[in-house]
Amino acid sequence: MVDLISRPRARTRRWTVQSAVGGTIVAVVILAAVVGPLLSPWPPNATDVLASLEPPSLRHWMGTDSVGRDVLTRSLVGAQISLVAGVAVTAAALAIGTVIGSIVAYAGGWLDAAVSRVVDTAIAIPFLVVVLATVAILGPGTVSVGVGMVVVGWAVYARIARAEVLALREHEFIMATRSLGYTSARILLRHVVPNVVRPGLTFATMDVVAAMVVLAAMSYLGFGAQPPVADLGSIIAAGQPFLLSAWWISTLPAVILIALGVGVGLIDDGFSLRRKVS
Amino acid sequence: MILYLLRRLLLSVGQLLVLAILVFLILQAVPGDPVKIMLGERASPAYVETVRQQMGLDEPVLTQLWMYLTRIVTGNLGNSVIFGQPIGTLIASRVEPSAILITYGLVLAIVFGSVLGITAALRSGTVADYSIRILATAIFSMPAFWVGLVLSLVLGIQLGLFPVSGYEPGLVGAFRTLTLPAIALALSLIAVVLRTLRGSMLRVLGTEYVEAARARGYTEGRIVRRHALRNAVTPTISIIAVVLGFLIGGTAVLEQVFGIPGLGSLLVQAVERRDYPVVQVIALLAGAVVILAGLVADLLQAALDPRVRSAIRHG
Repeated sequence: MVDLISRPRARTRRWTVQSAVGGTIVAVVILAAVVGPLLSPWPPNATDVLASLEPPSLRHWMGTDSVGRDVLTRSLVGAQISLVAGVAVTAAALAIGTVIGSIVAYAGGWLDAAVSRVVDTAIAIPFLVVVLATVAILGPGTVSVGVGMVVVGWAVYARIARAEVLALREHEFIMATRSLGYTSARILLRHVVPNVVRPGLTFATMDVVAAMVVLAAMSYLGFGAQPPVADLGSIIAAGQPFLLSAWWISTLPAVILIALGVGVGLIDDGFSLRRKVS
Repeated sequence: MILYLLRRLLLSVGQLLVLAILVFLILQAVPGDPVKIMLGERASPAYVETVRQQMGLDEPVLTQLWMYLTRIVTGNLGNSVIFGQPIGTLIASRVEPSAILITYGLVLAIVFGSVLGITAALRSGTVADYSIRILATAIFSMPAFWVGLVLSLVLGIQLGLFPVSGYEPGLVGAFRTLTLPAIALALSLIAVVLRTLRGSMLRVLGTEYVEAARARGYTEGRIVRRHALRNAVTPTISIIAVVLGFLIGGTAVLEQVFGIPGLGSLLVQAVERRDYPVVQVIALLAGAVVILAGLVADLLQAALDPRVRSAIRHG
C-alpha cells in the first residue's frame, strides 16, 4: 500500500484511462447494436431495388447493398447475433472447461492423466478444422458452429483451471473444508471453482472477440447464419461479387468487429497492468 | 536426455492416437444414417447398402475403430464419396498450394511479428510501443477473410499488382497468386508473435544479467543481440506450433476467398457436400502436422537453451 502511494500518480492513472477508453468503445458498440436498429429509419430486411448499390451518404452511412438494403442497419442487427453468440460460446466453454479442469485436478490419478492428454490433443487440432467437422456432422447453422467452438474451446479453460487447482489443493482453507467432512462435490463447487474461475475469466474477455471472428468466418463460408438472417460474416460474403462496383458492402461492416476488439484489448491491457502495479 | 527424447516421442504418439480416435468419432457422431446423408435422398437402398459394407459401417464399433486405425497406418485412406477418387490421390493433387501458402504466411508472421515485438519491447512505454500494441489489438480483431477482401480490392483491383483469384504453380506464379492470401493469413498471427516476444523481451531486459552486461559498458545493440534476444526467443518458439494450427485453419477460409484449389477449399467442399471420409482425412492430417510441429518445437527448445536441457536432466 505504501508503495502504491509513493509511486508517481500519473503512472497508475494512465492505465485506468486506458481501460476507461476501452470500456467506452465497447459500451458504444454494444449500445449501437442494441439501440441502433430501433432508431434507424431503414428496416434491415426490406428490399428497395431503386436504391440499390448506393455509396455511403448521410442517408445511408454505410451505403446500400445489391437489393437496396441499408448496410449499417443490417450490420448492427448482425452484430447483435455475433455478440450474443460470441458471449454464449465463450461462457459455455469457460463453464465446462473450468468444471472439468477442476474435477480432474482435484481427483488426480489416471483420470487427470487421461483428460490432460485429451486436452493437449484438443488444443493441438486446428480450431477451424474442428468447427468445420462439426458443421459436417450437424449441418450448417449458427448453433452447429457454436457447438463446434465449445467442443474445442473448453480445453484451454480446463488447462487454466487445472493449473490453478493444483496450486490451490494444498491451501489451508481447502484442507479445512475436508476436515469439516464436506463432500467432494460441495468442496469443488462451493470452494474450489469460485477461486479458480478468475484467471479463466481474464482469458475469456479476449476470447469473446476471437469467437466473433471465427463465427464471422464460418458465416462467410455459408456455414453460419442462414438467410434471411444475416450476421457480419454473411453480409461481407454477399458483398464480395460487388467488390469492384460497391466496395462498401464488404469492407465497412467489419469496422464494428474491429472497434469491439480494440475496446476489449484496451480494457484487458489496462487491467493486466493495474494488476502488475498492485 | 535420451529418456526425455523417448518420453516426448511417446507423448506425441499418444496424442496422434487420441487424434485418430477423435477423427474416427466424427462419423459415429452424425445424427441419422451417415451413408444416406452422403449419397443423398435419391440413392437406391441397394447402393446405400453396398457403400455401407465398403466402408465397413455394418461392423461393431470397436471392429470399425480397429479397421480405421490399421487403414491409417497402412496408408489406405479409402475413396472420396463425392469425387469418386482415392483420397490419397485427391489430397496429393491439392497439397502444393496449401503447403506453400502456410509456409509463406508463417514466415511473414514470424518476421514482422519479431521486428514489431522487439521494437515495442525496446521502446516500452513510448508512443511507438503504444501504437504497435493498439495496432496489434486491431489486427487481431480483423477477420482474415475480410483482410483478404480489402487487400484484393486495394492491391489487386485498384492497383493491379496481384491477381485476385486462382493459383499458378512455379516460383513466380506462387508469388503472384499467394502473396495477398499469405499477408491476410499472417496478419492476425503477427499480433500473437508480437505480444509473446514483447513480453519475454521485457522480462529478460529486467534481469540481473542484462543489468550486469550494461554495467560492463556494452553497447545497447550488443546487449540486445547477444543477451536479450537469445533468451527471449525460446518462449516464442513454443507458440509457433500453436500459430501453425491457426494458419492451417485460416487457409480453409482464405483459399475460398482467393479461389485457390488447395486442401482448405477441398475441406470446405467436403463439408458442404458431406463427404465424411475426406473431412476425416484432412482433419487427421491437419492435427498430425500441429502435433509433430509441437514435438519439433520442444526438441528445438532443448537443443537451443541449455537451461531447458539442464532442467530436463535434473527433471
